[in-house]
Order: sequence, then structure tokens, then C-alpha cells
Amino acid sequence: MGKKLIRSKTRRQFIVDASKSACAVGFLGFGLAMYSKKSESLNTQILRPPGALGEKDFQSACIRCGLCVEACPHDMLKLGRLFGSVATGTPYFIARTDPCEMCEDIPCKLACPTGALDPKLDNIDDARMGLAVLLDQENCLNFQGLRCEVCYRVCPLIDKAITLETRRNTRTGMHAMFIPTVHSDVCTGCGKCEESCVLPVAAIKVLPLSVAKGKLGEFYRWGWKEKEKAGKSLIDPVLDLPDRVPDSLK
Amino acid sequence: MRNSNSLGQEAINKKGFFLANRFLILRRLSQITILTLFLLGPLLGIWIIQGNLSSSLLLDVIPFTDPFVLTQSMMAGHIPISDAFVGFAIVVLFYLVIGGRVFCSWVCPVNLITDAASWCRRALKLRKEIIISRQLRYWILAMVMILPLFTGVMSWEMINPVSALHRGLFFGMGLGWILFFIIFAFDLLAVEHGWCGHLCPVGVFYSLINRFSLIKIDAKNRAKCTDCMDCFEVCPEPQILKGPVYGHNKNIATLVNDMHCTNCGRCVDVCAEDVFVITTLFNANKKPH
Repeated sequence: MGKKLIRSKTRRQFIVDASKSACAVGFLGFGLAMYSKKSESLNTQILRPPGALGEKDFQSACIRCGLCVEACPHDMLKLGRLFGSVATGTPYFIARTDPCEMCEDIPCKLACPTGALDPKLDNIDDARMGLAVLLDQENCLNFQGLRCEVCYRVCPLIDKAITLETRRNTRTGMHAMFIPTVHSDVCTGCGKCEESCVLPVAAIKVLPLSVAKGKLGEFYRWGWKEKEKAGKSLIDPVLDLPDRVPDSLK
Repeated sequence: MRNSNSLGQEAINKKGFFLANRFLILRRLSQITILTLFLLGPLLGIWIIQGNLSSSLLLDVIPFTDPFVLTQSMMAGHIPISDAFVGFAIVVLFYLVIGGRVFCSWVCPVNLITDAASWCRRALKLRKEIIISRQLRYWILAMVMILPLFTGVMSWEMINPVSALHRGLFFGMGLGWILFFIIFAFDLLAVEHGWCGHLCPVGVFYSLINRFSLIKIDAKNRAKCTDCMDCFEVCPEPQILKGPVYGHNKNIATLVNDMHCTNCGRCVDVCAEDVFVITTLFNANKKPH
């Protein structure tokens, strides 16, 4: 073989080739970064399995293996598909069609090999997959004074996560309304209430916590709670302000 | 240039069909067995292995984790629990022994698509191709690993065809078929061995493991070479064969020690003269002879 076997490149050629590659890959990377950024803003009807870390941490931790999906005895978990609205390969469920059945042994969490589903979650009641919110008060039957309250009946934590609070029915003037009321310190976001809402489109919906929850200003204090904590009011009951008298009257 | 219809024909005449195709047959068996084992669970409820190529659990005990995906996860700032590290170690050790890019030719489902594309390319005698650098894959790998530092998520896994194809087969493909059609068309019409040999960052990641792997191909009997070029024709990385096959005058050893070798064994198959043998690093003659 007289041919040169290993082609040697000039330095110039190398730099030209390398910058071509870098440009092409740079464009690809830019597009990819934009695309993956978009997936961070979660669709509000998409919920993560119990124990899932916060959305961004979850997307960095989830290895997209589907072991949780296969571990779920109720087959309610799905994996995001290529070019779909959920980050490719990450698990989710939709409360309206397939809510979480709240298995006591949490098999999905046990199956997770990376800790994207927090291994420290021991009690399924401590899961916070989302928060139920009675969004449409104009169509909720109980808000009209009827006695539907199916969401309250099906709640796995009945009388704790959802309670019925009575209120006067001003329309009839003589009846009570039983208002389903969700308590965020107990609600796990399993989605049973949303699934069972009798309306064609649910009035109560489970939202991701980042959407459903507000946050109090850091320095804000509830006066009555501080009073209870201290055992007395933090300020004197009567303020004695100094009298200001004009000099001419002194 | 030889007629591509006769590719490997000489080997078949001389060695018989089975010996001239044994590694191809074994490779297809391996790829199909792996797919079947993963499918048995979701389809028939026989759980020999759970999960997919990103991470799986064999017989409810042995974890496997794809080091490529786990590295991305760590680059994105997550520190995995020990299961993932055990799986990572098992997979890396396995490929350290049998050859890193054995993943590409014996396991990866995309290989079925790209092999089909190059078969069609040969059958249709498509010779034109766009020249792109085989170094491009290193740039893509660098991008894949650097991007999570900025986005905080595994950006490449949004579109990674290797994990997406395997996952899609069991969990639903969605619009994913488009991506695999593009890869097929790209390999068929644009660049020969375009995806696996030029672009895929998974392949080049595994070739980093390959650098230290034990099982290698050796062009031990290169003196018998008849210059039929069949091995160059079938090799997914033909540039790596030049030295070992034709390097006699340049004192280049016969061992195919290039990290891009996928140990697919197709060169062993198609060579009528049995120039190539599969060997281990211990037996290999690294000195030219």
C-alpha cells in the first residue's frame, strides 16, 4: 500500500473544522436548552407520583426508567412521551382519570433507583402530590345549597383533608349550605375528589402546590397567634401618647 | 469497486452461511432477546427484568443503571441514592470486560434502525453522502454534559433517541416515531453510519469505557488479506481498520485497539480468509508482525 494511511491535518484545517462543529453543536444546544426550559413549567393538570422532589430537582433526579410505572399496582402512572407536554420519560398521573390510590407501602417510591421519589417518605399521608382546590364555586352543587359532597365522601382523609363547613343559605333564607373545605396541612393531592366530582368538568381540581399555595410575607405576623404564643398581648392595651401643648398655653 | 451484492459472498462460499454470518445472527439474537425480556413484563406479566435501558432491575435483585444518563443527572446537580450507584458500577464493570461499545452493536435498539438503513443503502447502491466529521460526536457529548450545568435538568434526555426508543416500545411512543424515521432517513440518504458513527453521544460515551476494555478484534492473519475490502464495507467505523489491516509497512500492530470499535464481529464474519479473530487484551499481539 503506497497510499498514506493516516491523513494528517494542517492546524488551519483543524481549527476550521473544530469551529464548524462547535457552531453546529452550539445551535443544537441552544435549541435543546430552550426546549428543556419550557418543560419546567408544568402543565397544571399533570401531577407527580408521591414523594416526588420539586419539579426542577425532580427533572434532574429522575432517570426516566419507568420502574415506578411498572411498580404501581393500579397502573395509574404514565411516562411523558417524546415531544409531549411532560418532560420526556418522566412519570405523571392525571387526577381526573387515574388518581393515586394511596398504597400504604408506596411501591412506586420503593422502586425508584435514584431518589427522585424521596426515600424518606414513609407514610403515604405525608405525600404532597398537589393540593385540591374547589375552583368553580359557581357550578359546585354544594355551593348552590344542594347536598352532593361526593368529593368529601371519597376523600381518603375524610373530615381531615376535606371538611364540610356550614354557612347560611341567603338565597332561601332558611337553609344551610355545606361547603366542602380543603385543608392544605392534611391534603395529599391524591386526586380522588377530582376524579369523583359529578359535574362533566370537575369543580374541584388538584393543582401542583407551586400553583395552589400562596405565601405570607416573611415578616408578617398574625397578631392573635402571637398573642396566644406569648400568653398576653405584645403591646400595652392603652397607649399613653405624650401631650403636645402649644408653647403659648404653657 | 466490487458489486455490493457480492458482499460477503466469498465468505459464504468458503465458510458456509452460518460461519459467515454467525456474529450477525448472535447480535440480532442478543438485541431481540433483550427487547423481549423487557417486553415480557408489561405484556404478559412475566417480570424477569423491570424498567428500561436507563435503569432496570433484574429478577427483583440486580440493579442496572445507564452510566450515561446517571452522569447527566449528577451534572444537573442531583446526588442519587446508592441503588443507582450499584447499578452504575455493575454496568461499567460489565462493559469494561466485554468492550464498551458492545452496548452499541449488541444491546442498543437504535442499532436495528441504523443497520437497516445501511443495509438499504448498500442494496440501493446509494453512494453519495454528505461529509461530516466523526469528531462531531465528541462536541455533542460535551454539550450534553455541560448543558445540565446551566439548565439544571437533563436536557439531552428530552430527545435522546437511544433511551426514548427503548422506553417508547414499552411505555408508548407518542410522536417519537418521527425522530426514528429521521434517523433512518439520515443514515440512508445523507451520511453513511451517520447517527451511530458521527453524532450519537451515547456511543462515544461508551467508547470512553472501551478504551480500557478487555475483548478486542485482532487482524492477526493480515498477511492473508486479498484486498477485497468487504470488511471496510461492513464496518460501522471503517477508519479504524486501516492501521491493523494495512499497517504492516508502517509497523502498526494488528490489534484493532481503537476505542470506537463496537465489537460487532461483522468483519470476522465477512472475511473469507479469516484475517480477523476475537481475542483478549492479554493474548493480543500489540507489536506488529
